[in-house]
Amino acid sequence: MSGWIAVAAADDLEAEDVLGVSVGGRDYALYRAPDGTLSASQGFCSHEAALLADGFVVGTAIECPRHQGRFDIRTGAALNAPACVALRMYPAKEEAGQIWLNLGDTP
Amino acid sequence: MANRSYALDPAIDINQPQSVAEPSWYRTPIPRPELKALVQRDDATAGRDYALWAVLLMASGAIAVATWGSWWAVPAFLVYGVIYSSCDSRWHELSHGTPFKTRWLNEALYHVTSFMSVREGHRWRWSHARHHTHTIHVGRDPEIHGPRPTNIWGLLSGLLYLRGGLRELRSIWVHATGRILPDAALYVPKSEWPKMVLTCRIYLVLFAGLAAWCLAVGSLLPAMLIGLPRFYGGFLHYIQAMTQHLGLAEDVDDYRLSTRTVLMHRVGRFLYSNMNYHIEHHMYPMVPFYRLPALHARIAHDCPPPYPGLAAAYAEIIPTVWRQRVDAEHYAKRPLVTA
Ligand code: FES
Repeated sequence: MSGWIAVAAADDLEAEDVLGVSVGGRDYALYRAPDGTLSASQGFCSHEAALLADGFVVGTAIECPRHQGRFDIRTGAALNAPACVALRMYPAKEEAGQIWLNLGDTP
Repeated sequence: MANRSYALDPAIDINQPQSVAEPSWYRTPIPRPELKALVQRDDATAGRDYALWAVLLMASGAIAVATWGSWWAVPAFLVYGVIYSSCDSRWHELSHGTPFKTRWLNEALYHVTSFMSVREGHRWRWSHARHHTHTIHVGRDPEIHGPRPTNIWGLLSGLLYLRGGLRELRSIWVHATGRILPDAALYVPKSEWPKMVLTCRIYLVLFAGLAAWCLAVGSLLPAMLIGLPRFYGGFLHYIQAMTQHLGLAEDVDDYRLSTRTVLMHRVGRFLYSNMNYHIEHHMYPMVPFYRLPALHARIAHDCPPPYPGLAAAYAEIIPTVWRQRVDAEHYAKRPLVTA
């Protein structure tokens, strides 16, 4: 899969929140920082694969619902245990009222 | 039937993350906006609670020191020890990173309360994560306190933190030498072992410093204030904490069947960081302790009736674990209500 894909309506994602989307059977998490900046990552936590969209964004960190590991939504960096491995990030943008995700060469 | 082994299954290894699949836990559905309000963290609320604890700790400690050498020291240190041992519920809550909004406050206080609790913080954070993934699933949860058949003396020794405390001291010693115990190797990822080893070494230095202080002043008093209170004063915390899962179902994917919510007096809830709302804590561990009463009110309709107090909980626990000495299949069944 490559190129930009519209995955959600821009209005569905509030500031300081996360939204889960599924593309081609894979889960991704879309984030909007308090300043409105968009970002996107793999949908599952790198610790034990909890769905990150069930967590909450506080400031610029997503907190995993299962064990409260946290990741930086701008870079994917793991911020505290039990999250230790960074999330894979994907380019995201907002255009024409939609959120677009670029999955690059994701198999 | 042969007794089951409660040892961790070596096939479930954090270093092979795909081997640690979570069961599909039942959770009472809560609309996201409501849940978002419930998970909000607040430094002021947590700060007031921790400040009150610190003041009580210092005041009771000062009284205990003043009575040292007289018989008044016995009740004074009991009170101090009970207040001190509130560190164990605070360690737990801080391990979830939920009380304070400011992250470094959670982290710094986590390591302080871990030391006070005589629990090495890195290992316990990972052990506790596994407990939440596989709550009371035999061979998967490293924190099952009441294996069947019941070991009555083992359970009673917990009142003085004997079994758990001695096991913890051994674990700290072994990990400080750079070796990793087999169970810890299954739930602490290799990348975190150096931190665990370093913390254990720091603990040993602190224990040695405490011993040297006692020798220098020719008195046990310093250890009576730091470390030992967890042993002589931890009984109330233990009595509260053993209501969490003891005697209930094993291997079920529904916290309402394996976990108890027990209503407690506000003093007990303060010392226990509201962990009496334990079904609520397991269903939604993101919710900070001070919002658990609100979460309880929100999901009570979908849960078994809470026990009205410790006495009611132990009226079930004691006969159940007594029977489990000889009948390992027996457990207390909780009624599920359909809303
Ligand atoms: S599954 Fe996300 S922190 Fe454990």
